[in-house]
Amino acid sequence: MISFQELKRSLLVSLWFVFLTFPLMVIKVDPIERIVSWRWENAVFVAIGSFVVSMLVRVFFVQKQRRRERLAAGTLVEREPLIQVILREPRYLYPLVAAVALFALLFPFLFSTYQTNIMITALMYVVLGLGLNIVVGLAGLLDLGYVAFYAVGAYTYALLNLHFDLGFWLVLPIGAMMAALFGVMLGFPVLRLRGDYLAIVTLGFGEIIRLILENWNEFSRGPSGIANISRPGFFGVEMSLESAILYLYYLMMALVVITIFVVNRLQDSRIGRAWIALREDEIACQAMGIDKTKTKLTAFALGATWAGMVGVVFAAKTTFINPASFTFMESAIILCIVVLGGMGSILGVIIGALVLILLPEYLRAFSDYRMLAFGAVLVTMMIFRPQGIIANVRRTYRFEKKQAE
Amino acid sequence: MEYFIELLFSGLTRGSIYALIALGYTMVYGIIGLINFAHGEIYMIGAFTSFIVATVLSIYGFPLLAIVLLAGLAAAVWSASYGFTVEKVAYRPLRHAPRLSPLISAIGMSMFLQNYVLLAQTSDFLPFPQLIPDFDFMEPYAHVVASSDLAILVTTALVMVGLTLLIKFSRIGKAMRATAQDRTMAMLVGINVDRVISTTFVIGSALAAIGGMLIASHVGQINFFIGFIAGIKAFTAAVLGGIGSIPGAVLGGFVLGLTESFATGYVSSDYEDVFAFSLLVLILIFKPSGLLGKADIQKV
Repeated sequence: MISFQELKRSLLVSLWFVFLTFPLMVIKVDPIERIVSWRWENAVFVAIGSFVVSMLVRVFFVQKQRRRERLAAGTLVEREPLIQVILREPRYLYPLVAAVALFALLFPFLFSTYQTNIMITALMYVVLGLGLNIVVGLAGLLDLGYVAFYAVGAYTYALLNLHFDLGFWLVLPIGAMMAALFGVMLGFPVLRLRGDYLAIVTLGFGEIIRLILENWNEFSRGPSGIANISRPGFFGVEMSLESAILYLYYLMMALVVITIFVVNRLQDSRIGRAWIALREDEIACQAMGIDKTKTKLTAFALGATWAGMVGVVFAAKTTFINPASFTFMESAIILCIVVLGGMGSILGVIIGALVLILLPEYLRAFSDYRMLAFGAVLVTMMIFRPQGIIANVRRTYRFEKKQAE
Repeated sequence: MEYFIELLFSGLTRGSIYALIALGYTMVYGIIGLINFAHGEIYMIGAFTSFIVATVLSIYGFPLLAIVLLAGLAAAVWSASYGFTVEKVAYRPLRHAPRLSPLISAIGMSMFLQNYVLLAQTSDFLPFPQLIPDFDFMEPYAHVVASSDLAILVTTALVMVGLTLLIKFSRIGKAMRATAQDRTMAMLVGINVDRVISTTFVIGSALAAIGGMLIASHVGQINFFIGFIAGIKAFTAAVLGGIGSIPGAVLGGFVLGLTESFATGYVSSDYEDVFAFSLLVLILIFKPSGLLGKADIQKV
């Protein structure tokens, strides 16, 4: 199956990577003690690792080529992926949804408080992912400063709670509106920009918000952050920490369900179809009479709204926030969720968020490699499966001719 | 007045480093229309490689001149290799993919390289050896202009002249300009476009590595995170000058460096990075084609 030629090429690739990683992987210097340590074992790891990866990539491309040939020859018929069949057929879908819903409802009783807490975080990222999915997945605008809106929501709650003692439920819509306002504020200047410029400007915007929060001490208390934020209240009932977590879990669950419902409806609405048209071809979309400005602004505003809401929940959950929680890495993680799950696909984003947030929690031993893996995920997904784990299937209408009798 | 001159020189030094990095962005953008997000990381890797080589050589007792030359060479060679590999692994397979794909891939590459250096080396700030000695003839001016400022300005000027000559007159330079104008046409007249693109990455990365080494020995410390901010600022410089334009990148670098230097000197040093970002946002709103760039006409 694998020829000698290919083996040789993989060997060369592996040699190249040994050379490439030599100074950084093998040599380690201590400039103060003036000691050089040579870590030759790392060179061996790099050699083996790059050889294996290179062989796997080769095998993948050979398989893909064969598959294409067989499809062209007609000996293989393209089958609908299992997951799409399940999604389409109510008789599989409904029991599955019921099972998932039951599991989600019973989750806090089946597992410890610690697990529930992790799950709350994962659910927060589900909503963040779905929010960013509106901007990136549907409207095709690459937003790298999404965390800014998250920060806006969190700080809205923290500051209003600190100065005016406003409660969680009152601030939740205010935080969402503030974030939407910031979304429009960012949206206006960048409307004229194309994809890549937009990415950088949103990145810059995210950093500006963080730097302002860090430096404007009178306003945000700077890097030391704001502590003692109230947890969400439930008609004024005093709650223990455990029941507060339980409450927060169901609250997040409700938010997730609402988000899924709204995003799903949005997708099929007039504005949702306008977003998809905008993503596919801006000029053609304008020619069809769609108002580009309005469409882009609503995408930004609606995407930001969810981030703002989750921001409020985040502040209420941790009861302490500081600017360090809102770095570019957060934006990158959320983007990674959307890309891994599948841009534009709601189920994909949910699964992406659960995988990317829960997996590192349970693989604590490898936690140092988390961001490295996220970077690798972005690159590999783009190269091997740009549509994500679960592709977003376009709604198509099949016109079937009636057989002539 | 003295303060003004001090700020002026510090601005020029910063500006020349931004210009060196911005050249890589602008060359790559000019040829394949991609913002190479990983470019800042290439610059960081250059600084790190020169740090490792210089420290090892100084421990083994090499003379300063040999250390400077070998560290610079190693930084340029390895950064160029990284640039070449990144293009081959992360961008080449996506050349015909939708616009968003290579961009996301580039962001992933940037995260990957940053964390790779973090894991392979350390997350601490490392003291960078002083590679540029204090020149004797600079003694009377030392309170306003540091020797390293002068060395950086001279080196950058030389590199830029060299690059201009390369692009104007050499065979590969002509091929690069042809590819930037029209890739399909360049292919038709027999230019190996893949090789031209690889060469562009190699040259851009080597320039960034030299910039990395110079600034690291000027500042005196490095860590794995320096590429992120430097990358965004150099990108700002490239956009300011008009992305795709080589003189534009140099001009943009100097304008940005001076703006930052005077703004931090006369206004406030807390918001150093905010000035750069705000400048970027303002240019993109009012003159997205930059100072020397051509307006981009979108065709169907």
